[in-house]
Amino acid sequence: MQRSIKKYFPLFALPTILAFTIAFVIPFILGVYLSFTEFTTVNNAKWVGFSNYIKAFSNKEFLDALWFTVKFTVVNVITINVLAFTFALLLTRGKKGTNVFRTIFFMPNLIGGIVLGYIWQLIINGVLYKFEATLTSDAKYGFWGLIVLMCWQLIGYMMIIYIAGIQNVSKDVIEAAKIDGCTRFGILRNVTIPLVMPSITICLFLSLSNSFKLFDQNLALTAGAPAKQTTMLALDIYNTFYGRVGYEGVGQAKAVVFFILVALIALIQLKMTRSKEVEN
Amino acid sequence: MKVKKLLGMALALTLVAGLAVGCGNKNENAGTSNTPSNSGTATKGAGEIYFLNFKPEIAPIYEKIAKDYEAETGVKVKVQTAAAGTYETQLKAEIAKSDAPTIFQMNGPVGYQNWKDYTLNLKDTKLYSYLSDQSLAVTDGDGVYGIPYVVEGYGIIYNNAIMQKYFALADKAVSVSSMEEVNDFATLKAVVEDMTAKKDQLGIKGVFSSTSLAAGEQWRWQTHLANIPLYYEFKDNTEYDNTILAGLATNEAQFKYADNFKNIFDLYINNSVTKGTLLGSKSVTDSMAEFALGQSAMVQNGNWAWGQINEVGGNVVKAEDIKFLPVYTGMPDDKSQGLAIGTENYFAINSKVSPEKQQASIAFLEWLFSSDKGKAYVTNELGFIAPFNTFKDNEKPADPLAKEVLAWMEKDGITSVPWTFAAFPSEEFKNIFGDALLQYAQGNQTWDQVVTAFKDAWKSEKAK
Repeated sequence: MQRSIKKYFPLFALPTILAFTIAFVIPFILGVYLSFTEFTTVNNAKWVGFSNYIKAFSNKEFLDALWFTVKFTVVNVITINVLAFTFALLLTRGKKGTNVFRTIFFMPNLIGGIVLGYIWQLIINGVLYKFEATLTSDAKYGFWGLIVLMCWQLIGYMMIIYIAGIQNVSKDVIEAAKIDGCTRFGILRNVTIPLVMPSITICLFLSLSNSFKLFDQNLALTAGAPAKQTTMLALDIYNTFYGRVGYEGVGQAKAVVFFILVALIALIQLKMTRSKEVEN
Repeated sequence: MKVKKLLGMALALTLVAGLAVGCGNKNENAGTSNTPSNSGTATKGAGEIYFLNFKPEIAPIYEKIAKDYEAETGVKVKVQTAAAGTYETQLKAEIAKSDAPTIFQMNGPVGYQNWKDYTLNLKDTKLYSYLSDQSLAVTDGDGVYGIPYVVEGYGIIYNNAIMQKYFALADKAVSVSSMEEVNDFATLKAVVEDMTAKKDQLGIKGVFSSTSLAAGEQWRWQTHLANIPLYYEFKDNTEYDNTILAGLATNEAQFKYADNFKNIFDLYINNSVTKGTLLGSKSVTDSMAEFALGQSAMVQNGNWAWGQINEVGGNVVKAEDIKFLPVYTGMPDDKSQGLAIGTENYFAINSKVSPEKQQASIAFLEWLFSSDKGKAYVTNELGFIAPFNTFKDNEKPADPLAKEVLAWMEKDGITSVPWTFAAFPSEEFKNIFGDALLQYAQGNQTWDQVVTAFKDAWKSEKAK
């Protein structure tokens, strides 16, 4: 049996490997290669070594965007997960209307980012108009606007994952804790949270990578205004690549740096939360 | 445990896959460009040409022309239009595809530098020979690479009905009594400020339409308005007989007439329909609609805006009331200054597509600008003032703004301002300046900061 699996492995894996190579491996290698070249379109690349990377890092906009993205990610990951977990706790109590609420909270997640961005732009501008301001008046409006928007969109999704986790916690353990005289908060801290750690891992991971790679919502809500102060990394890369002639290679270099950053953060984070997981 | 491990793997892959899409988009082009296109768009000789249109406001008309042309000649013209402010982006994405645009557009000598690897020499085409002034074309050495196809003019568009109403007021604070007498900045300012004071009597919300400063909607200020002071600045450079050439040779612009820019810009934002702090959400369409609905009396724009004014539902502005005023900025030459007239629209033919397609593309353009049917479209529907000698005098566009442009061009003692912004270093420069203007309008930056931003951006973009 083992041998035949080994024998047929290439055959069975071939379609996937092929798709993976065409859709991922080749573009990825080409992308890295292009980051070392100067090109207008991908067909006329000219090797220039590391100069794109030097340009990328000597570019204040890139570092500003990086800093803005980091700030945004930190705030966003915390707010999304705290809120989603709270909702999950509330909606696992077996109260009336639980299913309706679950559905409602989940719905925003089904709307595309660009649409959401424009909708929230209208809403936020509508409110700010009363105070004679707009989203572009100050970068902080854009920042908090993005946070609100992302919370609204992602909380429902994370909530579902948390609900699944919480429902999986065995009643016996909780009952035992109760008999031992544990308070409700104690149960939450010492029983529920350690047992839903896998869900927390997933949610942190998803919200982290979603926030860090945010593009659509950023583009639709503020497009970086005012004066690029709300540009996040992905948007900055896009602007560099498409918005400036002669900067395609620099955009590509930024994208490679971006990839390394995202991969690094995700790996570290995965490792850290993994070590906290407890076997159920 | 095993499940978790799998889950972890799956998550890691999701992340990586997401990234792959991100970087992949650009690279896919490379993958497909070498392979022949799929059956749907297969290149059958010159069966199809592809025109990437720059002007969203007239996109539907191009579609119509394309249909007509196909019916007449059997050559399919694919028209795609880039949304406002995204032309370069889209062109870059499209031109790498196997089904690349065969006709695209450059914005002049600066644009040519970016696209020179892709432009065909058009020296021997009939299209070039049609040009009434061949010096307008984009040339490099002996070659001709860009053919201008429209001459446009911009200034302050005003609604004469509202102006008449104002001049008829008994308590107006100015001595002038018709727009003919408004021929310098001081008079304009006096009139505008008095109108603002009496806006309730006039039934308007503000004298000027909103100064649109949303992202991608700033070109009327960072390009068109900036053209006026920079024209004067480059004109002072007597080494060159052409302000565009002088501008191209300027590595550090002084923005000498920044105060003149400020004059008119302040007038716009202080007498506007919309408060300065709210301008960051306004688009060009918004401000044209305000004008069309009679909420404002003036708006800075060009003759291409006629369609926009005309199409607004509930439009109250009559065609005969729409007039042009030059953009006065308080220069000593105000009285002899005309509208800003020029072009930033040059056709180029993609040199990387098959010769058949190139020929078919040239044939299409020649048809458009020399056949009776094509010319009728150009004059009546596109509303272009075409710089070709194939157009007779009675084939000039009849819309009120185009007529005004022609009238201003012919006025005695009036010098039109050429479109010197062809010499601006880059789109990025314009955007930096536009962002600074927004910050200024919102009160977050002082005027000195705007001037500094302008100079720094010019210098750094020029150095690249």
